[in-house]
Amino acid sequence: MRRDVFQAIADPTRRAILTLLAVGAMTPNAIAEHFDSTRQTVSKHIQILTECEVLVQKKSGREIHYHFNPEKMKEIDIWLERFRKMWETSFNQLDDLLNDL
Amino acid sequence: MTNNFVFETDLAAKKIYISREFNAPVEKVWRAWTEPDLIEKWIAPKPWKAETKIMDLTVGGIWQYAMVGTEGQRFWVYAVFTAIEKGSVISTMGMFCDGDGNPVTDGPKSYRDTKFSSLEGNRSKTDSVITFEDEATIKMFVETGFKEGTTASFDNLDKLLASE
Repeated sequence: MRRDVFQAIADPTRRAILTLLAVGAMTPNAIAEHFDSTRQTVSKHIQILTECEVLVQKKSGREIHYHFNPEKMKEIDIWLERFRKMWETSFNQLDDLLNDL
Repeated sequence: MTNNFVFETDLAAKKIYISREFNAPVEKVWRAWTEPDLIEKWIAPKPWKAETKIMDLTVGGIWQYAMVGTEGQRFWVYAVFTAIEKGSVISTMGMFCDGDGNPVTDGPKSYRDTKFSSLEGNRSKTDSVITFEDEATIKMFVETGFKEGTTASFDNLDKLLASE
């Protein structure tokens, strides 16, 4: 099954993990300490986030750190910006129409 | 005069909030949102044009229009009215369409609720909430904008938007 960024943000625990890692890279153990869920559950979420490519694994010595990958979230931002611009432009056209009504 | 355009997204809640003020009484804004010949004058960002196919402003009625590009490309917008309070509320359920404008009835849906209100000084305001049924819906919205074949059209739109 192909993962994408929408699966990443679909779950509240995964959103919380992303919020944590947006501040700085962490080891899996450090991430798990922030949650009441079992380590295994947190690992599963980390795995999904990595498959969605919003997290990137980096090894430093014997430790693995997970980093947030903002690039992957950009595709949503680009579309939202287009959608916002479209509404803004249409509303400006509506102003002109209302002036003539 | 400031128009207080607000566009806020809450992806976790699968919602987009859009509000805007207008320097016109709410009755006129309502007409501009509900009369096909008026809707066509503003809803498509130029040089795109809107062409209404169906506008049945009743609960359960259909609203369908095409956004037509300068090279004849068409994006269909298809919605069913789920609530109407004359002069104050319009709710619709949106569906995706194939290239010929046929709605994909078992596909993902989106919902839009718009409230119209009066402001002091003969002014008015619209507040819209767009809700995506699930992450698959918002995903389809995004992919529609990136899909091969429509990319060229959106490039045109980008140029248009960049020039403004």
